[in-house]
Amino acid sequence: MYQLLKQIAKTGIVTEPPPQSDESLRQIEQRLPEAILKHIGRALAIRHVDAGSCNGCELEIHACNGPHYNLERLGIKFVASPRHADMLLVTGPVSRNMEVALRRTFEATPDPKLVVAIGDCGCDGGIFGESYAACGRVANVIPVDVAVPGCPPEPKAILQGILTAISSGKRPAPTADRA
Amino acid sequence: MRSCRQLRKTWRFDNTKSITGDSDALGLVDIVRKSERGPLDLKDLALDLKPVAGAMPASHAVVRAEELRRVCERAREGYARLVALWGSDETARGAGFALHLALAFPSGILWASVPLAREHPRYPGIADIYPCANRMQRAAYDLLGIHAQDSPDRRKWVRHRAWPGGVFPLRKEFDIASRFPPADDQYPFVKVSGEGVHEIPVGPVHAGIIEPGHFRFSIVGEKILRLEERLCYKHKGIEKRFEALTPEQGARLAGRVSGDSTVAYAWAYAMALEGIGGTEPPVRALALRGILLEMERIANHLGDLGYIGNDVALAFGFFQFWRLKEALLRLNSELFGHRYLMDLVTPGGVARDLQRRQAERLIARLEAIGAEVAALKSIYDEHAGAQDRFIMTGQIAPELAEKMDLAGFAGRASGIRHDLRVDYPAAPWQQIGVQMASHTRGDVAARVSVRFDELFESIRLVQALAAQLPPGEIRVPLAACPAGGRGVGWVEGWRGEVLVAVETAGENRIHRVHPHDPSWQNWPLLERAVLGNIVPDFPLINKSFNLSYSGQDL
Repeated sequence: MYQLLKQIAKTGIVTEPPPQSDESLRQIEQRLPEAILKHIGRALAIRHVDAGSCNGCELEIHACNGPHYNLERLGIKFVASPRHADMLLVTGPVSRNMEVALRRTFEATPDPKLVVAIGDCGCDGGIFGESYAACGRVANVIPVDVAVPGCPPEPKAILQGILTAISSGKRPAPTADRA
Repeated sequence: MRSCRQLRKTWRFDNTKSITGDSDALGLVDIVRKSERGPLDLKDLALDLKPVAGAMPASHAVVRAEELRRVCERAREGYARLVALWGSDETARGAGFALHLALAFPSGILWASVPLAREHPRYPGIADIYPCANRMQRAAYDLLGIHAQDSPDRRKWVRHRAWPGGVFPLRKEFDIASRFPPADDQYPFVKVSGEGVHEIPVGPVHAGIIEPGHFRFSIVGEKILRLEERLCYKHKGIEKRFEALTPEQGARLAGRVSGDSTVAYAWAYAMALEGIGGTEPPVRALALRGILLEMERIANHLGDLGYIGNDVALAFGFFQFWRLKEALLRLNSELFGHRYLMDLVTPGGVARDLQRRQAERLIARLEAIGAEVAALKSIYDEHAGAQDRFIMTGQIAPELAEKMDLAGFAGRASGIRHDLRVDYPAAPWQQIGVQMASHTRGDVAARVSVRFDELFESIRLVQALAAQLPPGEIRVPLAACPAGGRGVGWVEGWRGEVLVAVETAGENRIHRVHPHDPSWQNWPLLERAVLGNIVPDFPLINKSFNLSYSGQDL
């Protein structure tokens, strides 16, 4: 026990400041009113759905929970069920074998809800694209609020995407594509 | 295991025979028969062997379907293990179909091809000889329509609802862009009945940040009577996608078969192509590949050791190991330009060099990380609560591990002493010598112990390679791959042996690529490891293996 406490004391706090939100990641206009955002902005529950990734994006989502990025100190945490979630964090491409599961997860998430697509494959199908086995980008299956490119996107970028989704995001015209 | 045998007297595994064809629901029947003459040499098989050029020792032979079982039986008795089984469509080459096997002999790999007819392609199943072949045979049927005769388990494996039965995506006439209305998806699981038995279906969307798959637990109280996996939710047509690419374009895709093993796959793919065209990657590139592969091993063990702590409510372990993993990933990013080292191994060499100053920094940083891991290891070792959860949990006895060809570090934790870096020491391993880690108890504690040992050994290897990087180029152009070329890449990834088999077509095209993940071998053993354990220990046992879904589902 002494060694364990010593290690904790020696390590100190390694957590770094969070990134700012980035409006260029937004796919569609903010759907949630300020009043709701004010609440979930301090207590956001996320359900992660791997809809067919290579598992690279999951490694970086794990890292967001690590001590350097420390999602939880922002009031953001991953939950075990979509029924407890405000946001779905989806990695892709969406395989056809996961299409129904993803739709059902989306339906099981109570309104109001947000969807953040993670990674190049989630944004546009990536290297796997669309085929007999893959539906391509996440937006082909469920509506996506914010998309974070990268192969895989670094934890800071993932955090930025999450924070963008819960910012008020006043932007005049919605855009269809991640440019 | 013993407790499960007793349990079976009380509860019935109802439809086992009709579904799996196996009357023993737990599949604990006879242990491997081994020849008393010792390991069999490839030459003793009396096949017409043709060498397959490349960095690893490999031969190819054509085996007639009638002879397949004889060859497999002799190979099994002679200590050879089945590494992979896959199929291919040869109709474009004026033939029918083919079944391929990769068998690992002490003297190298045997790639056996079995020609099959164009109409009703079939072969005698070998899952009774090599139990790990069962799912591979089912996958080969779903993708190519080649049928394992007399195979008791005829359930689909890869096919869910994306395409209907009777359609086979890896056939050459199948268009990759084909779309089908969602088919009905019925899958019979083995039912367990009796007093107090109930089922827990889990997934495909899991409770944690994990890849998707379905687990069907049959339990009584908290005790697991049976676990049945259903995978392939992530099937995204990787093998079909390869066939539309040039060999060089395929490298990027190979690096994304399983994101946590990107170096192992990229290296295996590059090795196969280099063998086909006769390209000799420079020695400096091979040393750098060795560094990249071991950095990948260190990163994965760090992450999993943290999660294993988390799963026994030791959050301290999670935060400490993930702090070290982040330090390592940032070092990767600084020195190689990518946190997970994607796209650094390319056919013909590597994409980035390491300067002397950078090599010195790498050595110094790893020294510091190694010292911290040693301190954490002693905390894990002395933590009574953690050890209580680790010891005798999720055990795979050596006999069962051998029968089912348990691969990689999990195999080494169950007394299976195989490590490609030791067994076939090609460059850069032959110069520095790799110490194999091993254990015999096969429980979570053993897998943790092997992971620690391999982590320390990897630090030593990276430091040794970085300290004496041979001078010279880091990349040569990839020689053209002729039509009908055949190459094997075989690399000891962090999870186990990754095999990539490549056949090239004319005009700089790929005929067939089969990337094989060791998870094919290990998933069925996870079903056995949990028997008699309690459900809350499942996440811990699962994490101690940490198998790939993406690499298996393709």
